[in-house]
Amino acid sequence: MAIPLSHESLQAVGLTLKLAASTTALLLVVATPLAWWLSQTTSRWRAPIGALVTLPLVLPPTVLGFYLLVALGPQGPLGQFTQAMGWGVLSFTFTGLLIGSIIFSLPFAVQPIQHAFEAIGKRPMEVAATLRARPLDAFFTVALPLARPGIVTAAILSFAHTVGEFGVVLMIGGNIPGKTRVVSTQIYGHVEAMEYAQAHWLAAGMLLFSFAVLLGLALMKRRMDRILA
Amino acid sequence: MNRGLHIAVRLPRPGFALSVGLDLPDQGICVVFGPSGSGKTTLLRCVAGLESAARGIVRIGGAVWQDDRAGIRLPVWQRDLGYVFQEASLFEHLDVRGNLEYGLRRTRRNDGEAGLMAAVKLLGIESLMTRPVHTLSGGERQRVAIARALATQPRLLLLDEPMASLDLARRQEIMPWLERMRDELRIPMLYVTHSTDEAARLADHLVVLDAGQVRAQGAPAEVLASVESPVMAGGDAGTLVHARIVERDADWHLIRAEFPGGSFWIGDGGQPIGTQVRLRILARDVSLQLQEPTQTSIQNHAQAMVESIGEGPHPSQAQVRLRCGGVPLLALVTKRAVNELQLSPRRPVWVQVKTVALIP
Repeated sequence: MAIPLSHESLQAVGLTLKLAASTTALLLVVATPLAWWLSQTTSRWRAPIGALVTLPLVLPPTVLGFYLLVALGPQGPLGQFTQAMGWGVLSFTFTGLLIGSIIFSLPFAVQPIQHAFEAIGKRPMEVAATLRARPLDAFFTVALPLARPGIVTAAILSFAHTVGEFGVVLMIGGNIPGKTRVVSTQIYGHVEAMEYAQAHWLAAGMLLFSFAVLLGLALMKRRMDRILA
Repeated sequence: MNRGLHIAVRLPRPGFALSVGLDLPDQGICVVFGPSGSGKTTLLRCVAGLESAARGIVRIGGAVWQDDRAGIRLPVWQRDLGYVFQEASLFEHLDVRGNLEYGLRRTRRNDGEAGLMAAVKLLGIESLMTRPVHTLSGGERQRVAIARALATQPRLLLLDEPMASLDLARRQEIMPWLERMRDELRIPMLYVTHSTDEAARLADHLVVLDAGQVRAQGAPAEVLASVESPVMAGGDAGTLVHARIVERDADWHLIRAEFPGGSFWIGDGGQPIGTQVRLRILARDVSLQLQEPTQTSIQNHAQAMVESIGEGPHPSQAQVRLRCGGVPLLALVTKRAVNELQLSPRRPVWVQVKTVALIP
């Protein structure tokens, strides 16, 4: 049987995977220190920063996308900055899409890692200090390995969530084939054009993928619990 | 005193202030004893540098770890110490060897491997080296935690109730290893506990802490017998007697332990003649008589002199402090008995001891 997907649809799948992988990698780098800070600090900034990080969870993606579009646009503060740096205007580009995705999925990465750090507690880091480990050394050799289940969860959720996003993508990516058109917007396009067969294939693929991710997470959690018990 | 441990720390907390000054010799176990909330753990954390609000002086040998007046304050990881926490707190992502080597790799010692092997042998964990830590029993975990702290060859070992999270059987499994450490290690150890039994068995020096203050300190036999320290007045009150095995009665499976004020017959545990032992005598097992007791099932008695009479744990009870030769003893009796026997300081009496526990 020939592959039932059009060239454009395959291109959208490829772009989606690329966007999700890049978003996940960058998110882990950003979210891990942020989650550590949130789990350790007693600063009065903890609550406002924590709320800010959680905001994308409740905000309509169009609101977030709209503000990003304005900020990244030629007249926006970020747009002015990127132009001054010689990077051009990022709205309607893959980079712009990536920035939007990172912000949109931030809570999905920060929260599992933060919970993992909080579950570890202060004790292992104190033990490490009494065994001559400097704080940064202890962070990499004790806190990070112990938080691994949380980090894996964060990576999977970020990836899956990025694959599933629609509103932000449409707002700041436009829907440019090969550049910013991902699976979710491609499905929308197919439906608009009454190409229900193509839409079905992609939609079913997304459904299976999302189910597999959640099932995989649940199975992994059960295994972790068994090891820890 | 330059070679020993000098501690003078203060830590104000809401509703509680720790203020402790201690001078300790350069080896042996100093047991820090007291009820929960008395500041024992906080004291250890101050010495280790884990309490950032603590102020004062911590000095060991020539090394100054903290002297806030002089602006000196080494961070925890630069203090040459070993810390054993109440729960073993092993690193779950490493196996036993990984745990043991964690601290070792961060000290720049040439004899590191030798120190590690010495610690492994001292705690008897040779066969556990490749095990993942989640497969260890509670007692094994705590022994690995102690070996991990010792593997860096620290100048000071801090132990925070290392047996509190273990059941009775596991405690009895660990105790011989701790006694071995007391006898073989040439570093000072601060051992926090609220168990009089552990204090009696392990202490070379005993410090009683209450509400953040030192209530009593000194030789364990003296401190345990002091009626004035109220933490001792519970059902566990008792004294320690240093004695020597001098005679064996093979027919009746008894051995005789002699101390300056007399001698007691105790169950034969196979100790050779000449062994130095500690006898633990609980106040509730000691009764008093005015004449030498005869025709009684209690085999052990000795002559003593009343030193002082204090309050017991119940209003009906009095705790009588006695001298038996040079040795302090405690007896828990009713106040009516004190009245009827007309007990008062300097009065000679006979003590009968129902149970004598021998501790190595």
